Amino acid sequence: MNAYGTGHLYGPARFEKAARVELAKPQLRENLRHATHTIRDRREEVVDEVPDWEQLRESGQAIKARVARQLPELLERFEAAAVEAGATVHWARDADEACRIVTGLVKDTGASEAVKIKSMTTQEINLNEALESAGIDAYETDLAELIVQLAEDKPSHILVPAIHYNREEIRDIFRQRMPGAADTLSDAPEELAEAARTHLRRRFLSARVAISGANFAVADTGTLVVVESEGNGRMCLTLPETLISVVGIDKLVPSFADLEVFLQLLPRSSTGERMNPYTSMWTGVTPGDGPQRTHIVLLDNGRSATLSDPVGRQALSCIRCSACLNVCPVYERAGGHAYGSVYPGPIGAIISPQLTGVGENASLPYASTLCGACNDVCPVKIDIADVLVHLRGRAVDAKRDTLSAERIAMRLLSWIMSDPRRYGRALRAARRGTAPLAALLGGRRTVRHLPWPLSAWTSSRDAPLPAAESFQEWWQRTRAEREQAQRGNPSKGETS
Amino acid sequence: MNAREEVLARLRSALGDGPAEVAVPRAYRRTGTCDPDRLAELLADRLVDYRAGVHWSSQDGLAETLSALLPAEGPLVVPPDVPDRWLAAYDGQVLVDSDDAPLGTGTLDGAASVLTGCATAIAQTGTLVLDGGTAQGRRLLTLIPDHHVCVVPVTDIVDTVPEGLQRLAPTRPLTLISGPSATSDIELSRVEGVHGPRRLDVVLVR
Ligand code: SF4
Repeated sequence: MNAYGTGHLYGPARFEKAARVELAKPQLRENLRHATHTIRDRREEVVDEVPDWEQLRESGQAIKARVARQLPELLERFEAAAVEAGATVHWARDADEACRIVTGLVKDTGASEAVKIKSMTTQEINLNEALESAGIDAYETDLAELIVQLAEDKPSHILVPAIHYNREEIRDIFRQRMPGAADTLSDAPEELAEAARTHLRRRFLSARVAISGANFAVADTGTLVVVESEGNGRMCLTLPETLISVVGIDKLVPSFADLEVFLQLLPRSSTGERMNPYTSMWTGVTPGDGPQRTHIVLLDNGRSATLSDPVGRQALSCIRCSACLNVCPVYERAGGHAYGSVYPGPIGAIISPQLTGVGENASLPYASTLCGACNDVCPVKIDIADVLVHLRGRAVDAKRDTLSAERIAMRLLSWIMSDPRRYGRALRAARRGTAPLAALLGGRRTVRHLPWPLSAWTSSRDAPLPAAESFQEWWQRTRAEREQAQRGNPSKGETS
Repeated sequence: MNAREEVLARLRSALGDGPAEVAVPRAYRRTGTCDPDRLAELLADRLVDYRAGVHWSSQDGLAETLSALLPAEGPLVVPPDVPDRWLAAYDGQVLVDSDDAPLGTGTLDGAASVLTGCATAIAQTGTLVLDGGTAQGRRLLTLIPDHHVCVVPVTDIVDTVPEGLQRLAPTRPLTLISGPSATSDIELSRVEGVHGPRRLDVVLVR
């Protein structure tokens, strides 16, 4: 019997309904298009200069697969090492339990406020709301989280939770809602960053409790790692007396040396930097330096249920870089809120339904065109498309009795998609089938019914018309051109 | 069952299918291919790319180089074990942090600059690594003042991330610094200067 996760993992509406609402916001789409394309290009540039990128991905994938396989032992090892180094380790079965533990710990210090480092895990468990109802003010200190918190909004991206706002909108939020912000504040990013700095400075210097997540937890040493840019993380990790870190049990790596792989994969994939400005690593308590009380809350919240699916468990390898969001045509158009969960985009479409049980999130595995762009960028080589198709099958199985026809179609679809050639053939057939439709629809590129067997898609959703050229066909066609261009062009990049 | 036992039991049962052993390939580059004489230039190039100031100095000229970089009046914050010769040419006010008389956050906030060394530097990524060892001090020293000056002997530079991490003791408090504080949170464009030091000057000593 699986124990599923609770918290901010699903929304009130099915994906396709929520997406339709979001699609009607042109400014949102423009903001997302601009931001995701900026970051995509930057990522590509810094990935291209790494000659051993593929080898790093392969190691990252294998290390994480090994972690999944040894998760119980590694967690015990992590706990022992962290306790030995002076940390206190707590375990939480689900979101509510984690919130209770953290709230209790903050109360024990006598503090009525806490500063927070950006952490998707604490968003997942709705920690801010829990703290608030216990009379504790939680202040987000990451710029994007601060924007979202001031706007009383929800995150829409796992790296940049405020990605759906442009600079003018951010300026307006600051002017209206940030205490002390000048009416003359401009929309220059430098000025907005400066305003956040001034706003949070005193809070950092007087904070007694900080709450963080962690990007990695090292089993051998009990070390936690936080990767960040602004220095708000360092402030929270260094200045307060008490530090509480909420860590998903999927964040483990076996040894300190394994970080050499992930610290190369993560920054280039997420912010498109060779290295993010600041990475902090700490182990328990260091006398005289930093918080003298450190707590670690190890969180399950549906991760064990995810682990129980031999195909789906690879989603636990995710290092939350957000590269898959940034290349996803569905995310780019629908935006993060449409997914209902704190985890949007391709990773959200495979992790949220597994954390909550597929029945609770049955529409998310369909929030994809299966174009495969996410697979290509994932630094730990998660086969997102494969897991999506697998989960579609499970979503249909969950409704077995009422929808057996769709289940059969879905099995067929999964069979078609498991082989690139079969998939290509089916897509070409569909394109032929819809060519007259495309002419009729004019500019509209979605259709409510695709020809069989791809009709399995459209029986409960609109599908985009098959592109004139599929991604795979485009890849085949342009690969030859690119290879030729590369041969003629001495490789740029590494100067070493 | 308490939460710990229950989570562990859930995980063990989730692995009931007995997934196969996984071998971890390590075909990526562990050591760099950069000519050791060029490592400092590569590091400098990466640092400049992220808007850090880069300054070259000889051993003998270090005191002069530093005093030209540091604010004339101060106050300048230093860890207790910073070498005297670094400050030989500096006339401004110097605040020394120590175990017996740790500097308060207010004092640090009012300081103009902080001067430290580092444990190692990684050329490929333009990264300085601080581990609280010699001439580095507590983590907050390099965080609160708005200007950080870091001295890096070229002999301490390594090429790759794996080489850098190999030099570290995992259980020390570690800070990897790659350029001044920055954010990409506004339209995913990088802007330098948020909460950490907004100016980072690196002095490469050869
Ligand atoms: S699934 Fe892969 S690409 Fe997407 S966020 Fe996770 S690690 Fe990054």
